[in-house]
Amino acid sequence: MAIVEELHINGSRRVVHADAERSLLSVLRDDLDLTGSKYGCGEGRCGACTVLLDGRAVRSCSTPVSTAADTEIQTIEGLAKDGKLHPLQEAFLKHDALQCGYCTCGMIMSAVALLNRDPDPSREDIVRFMNGNICRCGAYPRILAAIEEAARMMKGGRK
Amino acid sequence: MNERIVDDLLREPERYELFEEAFWGTELDRRAFFRVVGSGLIVACAGSEAIAQQPGRGRRGGFGAAGPKELGAWLHIGEDSAVTVYTGKVEIGQNIRTALTQVVAEELHLPLERIRLVMADTQWTPFDFGTAGSSSTPRMAPQLRRAAAAARELLLDLAAEQGQVKRETLGLQDGKVVTTDGKALFTFGQLTQGKKLMKVIDDTTPTTPAEKWTRAGTSLPKVDGRDFVTGAHRYASDIKRPGMMFGKVLRPPCFKAELLKVQTAEAEKLPGVTVVRDGSFVGVAAATEQEAAKALALLRAQWKTLPQPSSEELFEYLKKHPSRGDGGFGGRGARDSRGSIAAGLKAADRQLQATYTIAYIAHAPMEPRAAVAEWNNGKLTVWTGTQMPFRVRSELARAFDLPEERVRVIVPDMGSGYGGKHSGEAAVEAARLAKAAGKPVKLVWTRQEEFTWAYFRPAGVIEVTAGVTDDGTLTAWECHNYNSGGSALRTPYESANVHTEFHPTDAPLRQGSYRALAATANTFARETHMDDLAHAIGLDPLAFRLKNLKDGRLRAVLETAADRFGWGKGKPADNHGFGIACGTEKGSYVATCAEVAVERGNGRVKVLRVATAFECGAILNPNHLKNQVEGAAVMALGGALFEAIRFANGKILNPRFADYRVPRFADVPLFETVLLDRKDLPSAGAGETPLIALAPAVGNAIFQATGVRLRSLPMAPKGVKAS
Ligand code: FES
Ligand code: FES
Repeated sequence: MAIVEELHINGSRRVVHADAERSLLSVLRDDLDLTGSKYGCGEGRCGACTVLLDGRAVRSCSTPVSTAADTEIQTIEGLAKDGKLHPLQEAFLKHDALQCGYCTCGMIMSAVALLNRDPDPSREDIVRFMNGNICRCGAYPRILAAIEEAARMMKGGRK
Repeated sequence: MNERIVDDLLREPERYELFEEAFWGTELDRRAFFRVVGSGLIVACAGSEAIAQQPGRGRRGGFGAAGPKELGAWLHIGEDSAVTVYTGKVEIGQNIRTALTQVVAEELHLPLERIRLVMADTQWTPFDFGTAGSSSTPRMAPQLRRAAAAARELLLDLAAEQGQVKRETLGLQDGKVVTTDGKALFTFGQLTQGKKLMKVIDDTTPTTPAEKWTRAGTSLPKVDGRDFVTGAHRYASDIKRPGMMFGKVLRPPCFKAELLKVQTAEAEKLPGVTVVRDGSFVGVAAATEQEAAKALALLRAQWKTLPQPSSEELFEYLKKHPSRGDGGFGGRGARDSRGSIAAGLKAADRQLQATYTIAYIAHAPMEPRAAVAEWNNGKLTVWTGTQMPFRVRSELARAFDLPEERVRVIVPDMGSGYGGKHSGEAAVEAARLAKAAGKPVKLVWTRQEEFTWAYFRPAGVIEVTAGVTDDGTLTAWECHNYNSGGSALRTPYESANVHTEFHPTDAPLRQGSYRALAATANTFARETHMDDLAHAIGLDPLAFRLKNLKDGRLRAVLETAADRFGWGKGKPADNHGFGIACGTEKGSYVATCAEVAVERGNGRVKVLRVATAFECGAILNPNHLKNQVEGAAVMALGGALFEAIRFANGKILNPRFADYRVPRFADVPLFETVLLDRKDLPSAGAGETPLIALAPAVGNAIFQATGVRLRSLPMAPKGVKAS
């Protein structure tokens, strides 16, 4: 069976020893103790497990670790730089865009991918892009507001 | 008061004979407690409330009715000035950690960062019946407020004594004792240095009235929010222990199946795999989740199954299977009978009779049931997500025949529950596997398991008969609820002739609490029926309600929501409709107005706008309250429009998010939320009631848009068919 020996995560090289067919989510969580990515469904339908591969959002629960082997993986743990929160993290805090917080990391990573692709999304764009992420606590209105605010912050200044 | 405090202070806890070993509800005695938390000052709250929380609870070594009261919570101020609060409540996303920190900060005049809450750890926190029924705010907040107030008074006493100054000239500011002219005299730590002082207070200790709050009552952010946006917070499912294995459990093919035979040899051949068979329980543990899944797939089991009812025949089944029990939740007290229904109907100009049905739905918290169990020298520690840590401790103690003192349950702030995590299935399963494997075991239910083996919100049938005169007087109101429960079954409307009754049944699926219990179902039936009555006599639905409503708090939210929505000012656009509904439960009040659009052709319903007025007494944190109110409305949208568990022959037919639709971003309406702050009234909980008026408001709006009256929850899983 093919084995994946190395992953590039959050800017550093990590040695692993994982069956190629295992999910990226389980390798991140169980082997590397990066537990910010969550299991919510295992069927690609909730977004709690979202991480970025080369800047694009994927559902790590349904991504074999082999797919991630030659990519730059970004997880929630690598988002804040030198203790300084990413604007999306700041905005989620400012808008209290969470209740239990279980969906939050996946929401933020999805939003990072959205803003990578489109720094100035309309509300409809955000809704369309984020519709695969479930927040069972129903913090959606605040999450929308937080993403809009982060987009403004990242464009450099409030307009 | 001062004398009493000083008198108490003189008694070191070691000599405080009133309290014996069961005091903490753990094996720790006071000395051990001080040894672990360090010297300082402890204030413990014992109140009638702490007792009221545990009906019928008899504890080994506990106190009889005449003994000292049990503790609800306690607070420790250490020599380093740190304030630590111990409470058995669980943080499930309702932000109770923040709210409770605020009330303590209020009384102690402290910045929030200086206060730490230890929550839901059965070794450290006093017994608590559970985090349910919107009880944390009304019950725990006053207790902690009193504890903090008593601690403040003690600190002032100590400062007066140590500083040889008049007590009246002292106050607290920013974590220090200061004189009235602003000079800092002592830190808390300086006052508690080297002391082992304990005071037990009751519920008569005075606290700061709501009008004077500066920290409580304000919109402070989630206290540990940073841990959640960085992924640092560890939920139960994120806990890792040395040598930990991963578990899986063999599930029957359907409910009520009996295990006849199981072959485990193939699975046992896998290296490093432990297979456990204990009665009908069969599970595996392995070094990785993948290995565990592989082992599980190698088990060969034979089951005996029984034919069982399906969701198609559900409502008929419920009517035909009455049970003698009280149906558990909220059944008692729901019966309300006065006047004569027959006479009331006779006096009516119009009569209206209808049947409403409520489907089973799933809580589907984003974090499924999960537990990590670890055995050490015959002691069991379990990290798990449950709303009832002490109940789970009992479950574990029973399952393994252990005294409760040898079981510790820890609940890290959890990925929510919505009433769906009162039980400890995953905890017991993980503990069985860990015991056999001789290593810690983590068990996380799959989404499919969570959708199948957790319990559901009860389905129900509700029959309503009502009479009304042409001038809008409600002459008769009769309502029977089969199975879904008695919460909010009593009508808040005035009528001389009323009969409401809950009928428990032998339900076909495992069912239990769900956020707001049956208040959602009963309010749906009542408010839909009221709307129908209003239309039958040509009265405006708001005017009709107000005409029959005396309850001032309910009137206030109704009028506020209507005003905010612009009720009665303007007509809806084509294919749009407006609806209104209200309700009350657990001491809080809600009214909701909704605007919907129904697409021509496919009948798809979109809720565009929701105006809600909510009142739950004095508000502790307006921003978090608004978050709860709107989050509850989002959750309610699912049950109102499309969520339903389908089943046949003991199998769940839609146990995935692909087949069980929950509200998503695209479903979210524009919210206009008004919070009424009644500083003169005690704070009630807010996690549940905001759910209850949404479904009928939406249904009534659909009626206005289409002329179709929908009487089943969910109302439009496939859109609204034109009549
Ligand atoms: S866990 Fe991956 S999408 Fe739900
Ligand atoms: S905050 Fe609980 S699921 Fe989103």
